[in-house]
Amino acid sequence: MADLAIRNLVKRYDKTEVLHGISLDVEDGEFVVFVGPSGCGKSTTLRLIAGLEDATGGEIAIGGRVVNNLEPKDRDIAMVFQNYAIYPHMTVRKNIGFGLRTAKMSKADKDARIDEVAGILGMTDLLARKPSQLSGGQRQRVAIGRAMVRDPAVFLFDEPLSNLDAQLRTQMRLEIKKLHQRVGNTIIFVTHDQVEAMTMADRIVIMRDGHIQQVGTPAEVYHKPANTFVARFIGAPSMNMLSGMVENGALRMASGATLDLGAGLPEGREITIGVRPEDLHPGDGPALVRGPVTVREPLGHETLIYVGAEGQEVIAKADGRTPPNVGEVVTLTAAVDTLHVFDAATGDALR
Amino acid sequence: MTATEIRPTTDALLKTEAPKKPANMGQILRWMLLFLGGVAMVMPIAYMISTSLKWPHEVYNLKLIPDEPHIENYTYVLEDGRFYWWFVNSMIIAVITTICNVIFDSLVGYTLCKFRFPGRYIVFIAILSTLMIPTEMLVIPWYLMSQQFGWLDTYWGIMFPGLMTAFGTFLMKQFFETVPDDFIEAARIDGLNELQIWWTVAMPLVKPALAALAIFVFLGNWTAFIWPLIVTNSVEMYTLPVGLSSFGDEADVAWELIMTGAAISTIPTLIVFLIFQRYIIQGVVMAGLKG
Ligand SMILES: Nc1ncnc2c1ncn2[C@@H]1O[C@H](COP(=O)(O)OP(=O)(O)OP(=O)(O)O)[C@@H](O)[C@H]1O
Ligand SMILES: [Mg+2]
Repeated sequence: MADLAIRNLVKRYDKTEVLHGISLDVEDGEFVVFVGPSGCGKSTTLRLIAGLEDATGGEIAIGGRVVNNLEPKDRDIAMVFQNYAIYPHMTVRKNIGFGLRTAKMSKADKDARIDEVAGILGMTDLLARKPSQLSGGQRQRVAIGRAMVRDPAVFLFDEPLSNLDAQLRTQMRLEIKKLHQRVGNTIIFVTHDQVEAMTMADRIVIMRDGHIQQVGTPAEVYHKPANTFVARFIGAPSMNMLSGMVENGALRMASGATLDLGAGLPEGREITIGVRPEDLHPGDGPALVRGPVTVREPLGHETLIYVGAEGQEVIAKADGRTPPNVGEVVTLTAAVDTLHVFDAATGDALR
Repeated sequence: MTATEIRPTTDALLKTEAPKKPANMGQILRWMLLFLGGVAMVMPIAYMISTSLKWPHEVYNLKLIPDEPHIENYTYVLEDGRFYWWFVNSMIIAVITTICNVIFDSLVGYTLCKFRFPGRYIVFIAILSTLMIPTEMLVIPWYLMSQQFGWLDTYWGIMFPGLMTAFGTFLMKQFFETVPDDFIEAARIDGLNELQIWWTVAMPLVKPALAALAIFVFLGNWTAFIWPLIVTNSVEMYTLPVGLSSFGDEADVAWELIMTGAAISTIPTLIVFLIFQRYIIQGVVMAGLKG
């Protein structure tokens, strides 16, 4: 077990730079999830940590030891791939034991270790099978077993759940989390599913175009997004963005309403107000949005309503029993302390 | 999408069975074409066996069933010591060449497929371009070279041109494309060196291709004629096809003996095919289930 430190990591393929100097500290035993849209450089970062690619610049240290020039096998890491990468021609036992092939252990010790790992993963009965005789979830477990068997300092997971169906994904999510609580190794987990990130992570790293946008606990990135990108990426349905302008210390919304957000806003600046659908509802407060309901999505205890206003559609939550009808003009309001304020030009959070 | 999803079940084979429909014209035509093709394939073999059962005076009588079938030809050929020599020569050459091809073609194919290095493309094109040169054109340079090196009339002389083939390299390269890089990277993380990865991870995953390659190379060398004929001088160094063609004397070709030898020499090819065909069928099933 060990901590992981990344300093100004740069990766270039020929002339295109895909990682622009990212830095991150991961503590020993931490579960860190990298999340971001497709092509943002999550896998690249993971492959650099694993040593499958060489860094163009910067430094990677595992357990205080700089590993840039070490072979993957000498970095004390294990990786679980998206499509499992378990060998179809080997039994489950052979597959799990594969990571021990080069270990200096007696045959009996290796077998004991394989049995132990299989026990943890609940696969003892499946050891003699070939991968073709396993379900998707079981195959994924074999892949995890193969990574676990060496007890690496750092586990690397690259979208390990994306090939599973929704139900299995939820189940495996929980299993991996439990596993982490049990074995306690440092885990770096890559996904583009923000729900996965929120539910599993100790800390989330949100990436975009080869830059880290924000690092924080799930609560932090949800409640205090660093910019509009993070704000929209985390949370579903995603945050509504409304535009406004600071005038005489107060915020004037495009809808005409004026909000007093307290002091500290830059005078005369264009502002983007973010408000999550769960904070926005029909009511009597200051009118953030006013417009007709275009679609209703009943969820049971509440109803999502889509309201068209000023050329965009905002999503709000209404009471499940008496939601407004489609076509009805509603006024949407939110408590002032639930509003997120961003600079419209840069997208950065202002408070 | 990945090879781990291969599930060689029998349903896949069953699914290919055509639904029962009344025969129509198209189907009748198809059956007839298949039948004609089948006849064309079987006739030479039938004649080979029939001729091997005939007396010399009957050989040019094209009846399929000999008037007085007998097995004298077989006893003659099998009692003729030369036949054993040729059989053993052919066997040694075909087996060694097959093993070499399986190893070398797949090593080079794997390297060209999975490693990025400068000049990779040029090497690949160079190998491919040799496919366009027919054996007949190469025979003279090979001969001159063998003469200089003193390889004439030796096993090495017979084998060296075929120890690696461009076709085999190309075939293996294409097949290694189907092995996901994840498998190789996972093994690399697990601490295997590149040669171990090739042997324990990549090779087992392309078994069907290896089986196909083995069959091609074995058959090709077992039946090779022109080069062994040119490079060998002494009767003991002949391969089976060369030796068989020498049956008879200046005046008369002993077709019944040639056909007898040919009939016997098909046995090893049958065995090779029976051993490796299950891998080929497996390969077809795998290919069908991918994606
Ligand atoms: N071998 C390569 N050569 C050139 N560009 C590459 C190479 N590998 C990745 N890239 C580029 O690097 C960028 C980051 O890729 P990466 O695979 O890290 O994305 P990702 O965040 O993992 O996306 P996804 O969610 O789709 O897996 C992409 O724009 C991609 O096109
Ligand atoms: Mg990726």
